[in-house]
Amino acid sequence: MSLTQWRDTPPEPAPGASAFPNGASATVAAPAAIRLTDVSKVYGRGPGAVLAVDHLSLTVGKGEFVCLVGASGCGKSTLLSIIAGFDSVTTGQVATGGHRIGMMFQEPALFPWLTAQRNVELALRARRIPKHDRRRRSAELLETVHLTGFGDKRPHELSGGMRQRVAMARALAQDADVLLMDEPFGALDAMTRDLLHDELERICAERALSVLFVTHNVREAARLGDRVVVLSSRPGRVIEEYLVPRTGPRRIDSVQVAGLASTITDRLREEMRRHGN
Amino acid sequence: MATRTEPSSAITGLDSLELDPAQTRTEPGRLARRSWAALWPKLIAIAIVLAAWQLFYLRNYHGDTASGLVKSPGYTLWLLGQQLQHAQLWQAIAVTVRTAVIGYALALLIGSAIGALVSRIPPLRAAVGSIISGLQTMPSIAWFPFAIILFGVTTSAILFVMALGAAPSIANGLITGVDYTPPLLLRAGRTMGLHRIALYRHLILPASLPAYVAGLKQGWAFSWRSLMAGELLVLIIGQAPSLGILLNTAQDNQDLSGAIGVMIVILVIGIVVDTVFTKVDLTIRRRRGLLVGTQS
Repeated sequence: MSLTQWRDTPPEPAPGASAFPNGASATVAAPAAIRLTDVSKVYGRGPGAVLAVDHLSLTVGKGEFVCLVGASGCGKSTLLSIIAGFDSVTTGQVATGGHRIGMMFQEPALFPWLTAQRNVELALRARRIPKHDRRRRSAELLETVHLTGFGDKRPHELSGGMRQRVAMARALAQDADVLLMDEPFGALDAMTRDLLHDELERICAERALSVLFVTHNVREAARLGDRVVVLSSRPGRVIEEYLVPRTGPRRIDSVQVAGLASTITDRLREEMRRHGN
Repeated sequence: MATRTEPSSAITGLDSLELDPAQTRTEPGRLARRSWAALWPKLIAIAIVLAAWQLFYLRNYHGDTASGLVKSPGYTLWLLGQQLQHAQLWQAIAVTVRTAVIGYALALLIGSAIGALVSRIPPLRAAVGSIISGLQTMPSIAWFPFAIILFGVTTSAILFVMALGAAPSIANGLITGVDYTPPLLLRAGRTMGLHRIALYRHLILPASLPAYVAGLKQGWAFSWRSLMAGELLVLIIGQAPSLGILLNTAQDNQDLSGAIGVMIVILVIGIVVDTVFTKVDLTIRRRRGLLVGTQS
């Protein structure tokens, strides 16, 4: 299997592609969960202003798993903040089509004074789920992430991987159908990370989640994504997209994943070299 | 569905490998051993103090037990034991503890209110934030002339100084706690849909609890000191004697043993309250996993 097979050229008459002046290629025909249209973000004013994101268009289809990779300064975190509603765009549009958005960070960001179960229940409570339902639902969510029996543990009593799964259960408790993930496995060891990839893949399939997954780890992106979007640095712009056909279970150490990863890495290095000059 | 069951069993296996087996272990008699480990250094410290006292007493002993100012530790403790059988000392303890509770409660209310307001309203913080820290450095005894002129020789004067001494610490504790709420947790809270009051109730207040308790503990130390200074300075006539007044009487009568007895009572009350605060503080931090590397 040659590498070029992974390389995606924009699918022929991509519907709505004309709406993206930047020509940010691969739009999926399915209805979008997230649609960024010609988004720019400038921090600061006057001569000191920094252009973080430059006319970026990106669509995450319903049920699609999109990975964003890029070197430092590509505005990945800015993009997630914008989609989550923590930050505003300078120009352009963000549409999340009424989807509920859950977010996961590199740190689990669990509340240390609450048990695992209570952490999940708090998210349910914020959604005004009645009390008698919360206990049952949180137990179900912990079961989903294989943490049945650990509900009464406090975060510090759990391992890093387990904490991150509680965070996943909490994100799911927000009834999210869109997950924004900001390097969620970046702080974990490789073995745990591999297992969590499997878990995440299973949960996404079960719940038909749409995911925008930011990572520095090119292999991780190649392992997980239906589509891998490569961003340029300073300002952030889509420079390349790779469609990954779903052909059964993937492994991070498979030839296919490694092949795609090295293609992406080459593309990223090329981009970094550009900044070296 | 082999692909689905395999990773899940691997992950549950990894979970059990990663959990510290020592964490769940409970040994019989652990509590007794731990209490003893905490107790014996204190007992030795007390024994050293008593021994030094006894030596000092013996050096100054001229064969006449009644005349010397310095009495033996045995006599002093016996005298304290005698006083503990009389109503007067207990009454004095009751008077002092009551004042302590009221004064501290006042400080708690004022300090928490100020802390809550200042942490929420930035202009207010700019205005009084540094004043609060400044007030902490002011020795509370310097307030007494002011308080006595304002309130007269009354318990109110003492309460005023106590509240003034403790409130800044309590306010500062709360402000620090709110300030140091981890931004990531705030972000997680907002993603969850916690806003305004719910955000305060479920995130900011619990997150600031450790710093708040530290402030409460420091505030107690300040208010207890102010109270003692107050009882010695503000001699209220016609009221049941407080511990401070007993101390004063001992001073007037050149009764060293009596003074030491009252001081021991004051020390013990201080230690007991401090132990309660320390216990609360430790419990909170242990629950949050903030006691890394300490036996708990």
